[in-house]
Amino acid sequence: MKPAEFDYLGAESPDEALDALGRHGEDARVLAGGQSLMAMLNMRLASQQILIDIGRIEPWRYVRADGGVIEVGAGTTQAELLAWPDLAAKAPLLAKALPHVGHLQTRSRGTVCGSLCHADPSSELPLCLAVLGGEVVLKSAKGSRTLAAKDFQTGMLSTARKPDEIAVAARFPVARAGTGYAFEEVTRRHGDFAIVAVAAAVSGPSVRVAVGGVADRPMVREWTGLTEADMADALNGLAWEMGGFDDIHATARYRRELVRRIGARVIEEARTCRS
Amino acid sequence: MSETKETSVAEGKYVGRPVLRVEDGPLLRGRGQFIDDLPEKPTTLHAAILRSPHPHAEIMAIDAGEALALPGVHAVITGQDIKPLTTPLIVGFKNEMDYRGIALDRVRYVGEPVAIACAADRYKAEDALDLIKVTYKPLPAVVDPVEAAGDDAPVLHPEQGSNVVSRRVFTHGAPDGAFAGAPHTAEMTVRYPRNALTPMETYAIVAEYLEDSAMYDVISNFQGPFSVHTVMALGLKTATGKLRHRSPVNSGGSFGSKLTIFPYVVLMCVAARLTGRPVKWIEDRLENLSAANSAPNRVTTVEAAFDDDGMVSALRFENWDDHGAYLRAPMPAPIYRMHGLSTNGYTIPNLEVTNHIMVTNKCPTGAVRGFGGPQLYFAIERMMQKIALTLGLDPLDVIRRNLIPAGSFPHRTAAGALLDSGDYQKTIAETVAGGGLDELKRRRDAARAEGRLYGIGYATAVEPSQSNMGYISTLKTGKEREEAGPKDGAVASAQVMVDALGSVTVVGDSVPQGQGHQTTLAQIVADELGLRPEDITVNLETDTHKDGWSIAAGNYACRFAPAATSAVHVAAVRVRDKLARIASQNLNVAPEDVEFKDAMIRARDNPQNALPFYRVGGLAHWSPLSLPEGMESGVREAVSWNAPELTPTNANDEINTSLAYGFAFDFCGVDINRDTGTVRIDHYVTAHDCGTILNPGLAEGQIRGSFAAAIGATLFEEFVYGEDGSFLTGTYADYLVPTAPEMPELSLIEPTVHPSPFTRLGAKGIAEGNQFTTPVCIANAVADALGREDITIPLTPSKVAGWIHPEEAPPPSDMPTVKAPPPRKGRALSGGGETFVPVPPAEVWRLLLDPRTLAQVIPGCHELEQTGENAYRAVVDAGVGPVRGRFEANIRLSDLVEGESIGLSGEMLGPLGSSSGGGTVRLAARDGGTAVGYRYDVHVAGKVAAVGGRMLDGAARILIGQFFEALIRQAGGGQGAPTEGWWRRLLKAMGLAP
Repeated sequence: MKPAEFDYLGAESPDEALDALGRHGEDARVLAGGQSLMAMLNMRLASQQILIDIGRIEPWRYVRADGGVIEVGAGTTQAELLAWPDLAAKAPLLAKALPHVGHLQTRSRGTVCGSLCHADPSSELPLCLAVLGGEVVLKSAKGSRTLAAKDFQTGMLSTARKPDEIAVAARFPVARAGTGYAFEEVTRRHGDFAIVAVAAAVSGPSVRVAVGGVADRPMVREWTGLTEADMADALNGLAWEMGGFDDIHATARYRRELVRRIGARVIEEARTCRS
Repeated sequence: MSETKETSVAEGKYVGRPVLRVEDGPLLRGRGQFIDDLPEKPTTLHAAILRSPHPHAEIMAIDAGEALALPGVHAVITGQDIKPLTTPLIVGFKNEMDYRGIALDRVRYVGEPVAIACAADRYKAEDALDLIKVTYKPLPAVVDPVEAAGDDAPVLHPEQGSNVVSRRVFTHGAPDGAFAGAPHTAEMTVRYPRNALTPMETYAIVAEYLEDSAMYDVISNFQGPFSVHTVMALGLKTATGKLRHRSPVNSGGSFGSKLTIFPYVVLMCVAARLTGRPVKWIEDRLENLSAANSAPNRVTTVEAAFDDDGMVSALRFENWDDHGAYLRAPMPAPIYRMHGLSTNGYTIPNLEVTNHIMVTNKCPTGAVRGFGGPQLYFAIERMMQKIALTLGLDPLDVIRRNLIPAGSFPHRTAAGALLDSGDYQKTIAETVAGGGLDELKRRRDAARAEGRLYGIGYATAVEPSQSNMGYISTLKTGKEREEAGPKDGAVASAQVMVDALGSVTVVGDSVPQGQGHQTTLAQIVADELGLRPEDITVNLETDTHKDGWSIAAGNYACRFAPAATSAVHVAAVRVRDKLARIASQNLNVAPEDVEFKDAMIRARDNPQNALPFYRVGGLAHWSPLSLPEGMESGVREAVSWNAPELTPTNANDEINTSLAYGFAFDFCGVDINRDTGTVRIDHYVTAHDCGTILNPGLAEGQIRGSFAAAIGATLFEEFVYGEDGSFLTGTYADYLVPTAPEMPELSLIEPTVHPSPFTRLGAKGIAEGNQFTTPVCIANAVADALGREDITIPLTPSKVAGWIHPEEAPPPSDMPTVKAPPPRKGRALSGGGETFVPVPPAEVWRLLLDPRTLAQVIPGCHELEQTGENAYRAVVDAGVGPVRGRFEANIRLSDLVEGESIGLSGEMLGPLGSSSGGGTVRLAARDGGTAVGYRYDVHVAGKVAAVGGRMLDGAARILIGQFFEALIRQAGGGQGAPTEGWWRRLLKAMGLAP
């Protein structure tokens, strides 16, 4: 478990990182917290000619609420976001989901944007971004663009990020009054990859629900005015549509069953905790 | 028999007190001295091992040319290089398997060593592995031990002729008569899974070959038993004296696993000899999980004959014990270590046991904490519950009335174990009262009234300690045993020394891995010599050239508490007696009137008449002439202790498998979540009568540690193999070890203890008890909660939910297609789909059969050559996201029906693993273009299957998606970026978009 040889650049500024990435393109990989990337490099599942470390770029370490959006910089760790004093008030869903992201140790290194870019189908942060309808800000030496969550994650471990771009910030909408948020996941152990994770935002008759761990990316659905029976049918339809898959931890049928059962519970919890 | 509440050791002594561990300071400060911390010689080479990605294959060729050309790479050593310097590594019975720790011409499990790269550092050694090219011819694999005995199963070792490498039937008493005359009989089949306990520090070896003395000089974290030292020396074709083995100060856990480091010691010795340099190998976690060690999985059919009261008159076992691809010494020891305890602590007089020792395409087995007990007791204690259910009795009543009655110890079991001491009914009574069983029953009733799934389970176990070195011979017939000569006993060696200024040093043969042996031995010696534990230096490093040791030396089978302490105690008493004789001359009292207290040696009746300890000890060094007549100079007592109760297997195959036998009783309540199937341990009570407790802190640590390990085995841990032999749990994200949040509270009862009459201090082992009781106690509780007989561990939520969820809701009637994939067979990826290419079938056909187009549409392809008619060789960089690896692919096209269909088959191989399989592509004209339908069925093995399981389906779909995207582009349908319409349709076909 020793990585193949690679070059390392500890970028000191945004420009240095973006310039280097512009030069190296696909030969480079951005290193933030390294909680997924280093393991893959050590196992030689991945190899890269150069790693560009953005961990010491201070201007990219921030959390700020501005104009209805919570913006989290590329260098901000999951632990820093969890410790942000306004989190429970402004982003109750993140406050509920973040403690399930890995462990204290991995959250203290792993970044919010890094998790979004890694795009693991079971991850909690892409799920939250998807259900909240958030955005990712991508920047290259040539310019910047902003993608909606649904356009950013294109599949398993895959995003629309171009080789010369860095995801410099994630934007989560601030919680709206009258909307309830809930999150639950089923794992074998605390901190494991979710077998199924469900997040919901419920406002009046409108239900927005996202499911992680079953398809190759979070699946989002928006339903309005459904009765309880309709809701059960809708979740059953969603479960069958995603299908699920068998692995050593769970069967496809179990995953579908959790979509129905946990889905109903999470939606109900979101409905009852509306502020 | 003496009976005391706390301990049999007198007041004012250190033994029996929770003395803090002397080992902890350096360990907690990061100053432990593990092998990888030791300084290495500047010429040392670092080894990395290339391992088989196939469960079963012939090795056709190994090409190390490119690897050897890499700067810093000194050697690549294969099985054929190892062969001339070794002989097959022996096990305890005659067989035809040629096992040398590395594949010779065939691989038999995923992870089997194929080549060893030796380089200037580990990084370069792993670079070399990526460049070694091995050509395999895959063979069919078998992973189920019962199937492996079938006529059509692939035979792993053709020379052996069968996968059943040993079969023996044992009859004790008259089981046939008992079954024929019994009012009731019951039968059940249980399966115990593959698991292990994984230590923090993995295998570590530094080996050197000293040419001038033709000596192998090794330091490793091998744990014993040192009988295996002889296996290594014989394997290396050298005298045992020419294999010097040392162990370091610290070894970072083992739980049994560091026994089977020995084949690697042989390999590294040969590597050192071939390279002329010291060779160092530190096993990494991928290697550790896939190829280090596992307990044997076992299928047991157990039958019981019993009367209306549930009194059992006979048991019959048929065991299929699965040892993986090879047997390694001392396998198949676990099943024979427990032979004497085949009736647990019950008075069952009649017994039949049939043991099939099986080989399958899995990692070879070795020692794992519990060593045969978890498998055995799972069957017996599940059966005790079944007997109670059959008769409508309370399971605990059935247990109680079958247990050996108090006052009848020592008791000889049906298969020959001599149970030394105990009062099992009393242990149960104290535990039931102290652990709150009545309250637990009320909780169960209340929970059930609320509609919850709540159950209570019980389990008992006799806990053996200090193995009889002769028990493995039980698998031989009486005649074979006669020819081989007697094997029995279990020797422990120790020295206690007092130097010229009175410092006391203890040397022992217990090879600890963190258990606190130094602390306990210091307590024992301090008590005898009137000193404090901190005055005693305990050195438990071993050196086969300098220490007293026997074949039984080492750390296994709860050997420390009964045996290692006995040897040290004898040596300490001899030192005391010698010093008492010396002192008696100066104190003018008889030696038996001398006492040792507070670092003084004094007259018992007159404490003022005293000499400092150091002066008496020093006299033996400074003035040998002043010693009593005939006394040897110096103070150094070397002891070799043995227990006469450990007799060899007799003609009736009866064997006292262990020396001392403790008793454990557990009960628990579980609450099962109806939605998720999660088993929550609501209340868990355990009690252990382990004889004299030497250090209550260490004893509690052993119980809690064993309980944690058993929670792992019961709920989380399993080495999973696909039916195709692929290995699927290569990381800690798949092989799940419980962490702090998963651990339930443990209510620990301290019952009255019954010291062993056969050990010096009355102590028995305690480290394995919960491996025996906890899995089956929880399984019994789950059976009680669900009213279900077939309970297989680990109790994963998905498995349990499958038992409790009603039939699944059907898909909505308006849903057009349902993508429920067929159930998975191991790491086989099966799937299919359809996509649309906007050119006619004839054009698609032309594109697919043109090597130039093919090279452009296969994702990551950068070399493609035609190797024959409809046969291609390609080099591809395949991957998803950052995960990427180079593979060499051989692809064959078959069953070509022009313009309509193609069959594909092939293999891919690269450092990330291997795959093989096939598929079909069908073309049909539609809307001016072509509907391309495809199906595939691919087996994946090696690293990517072991570590990337949950991603593989998605990865396959992505690669197929890329293939068709490129094909559409080639066909001119995309023109650069595919249009939204094509793209969405394609993604939908792949299942990647709604």
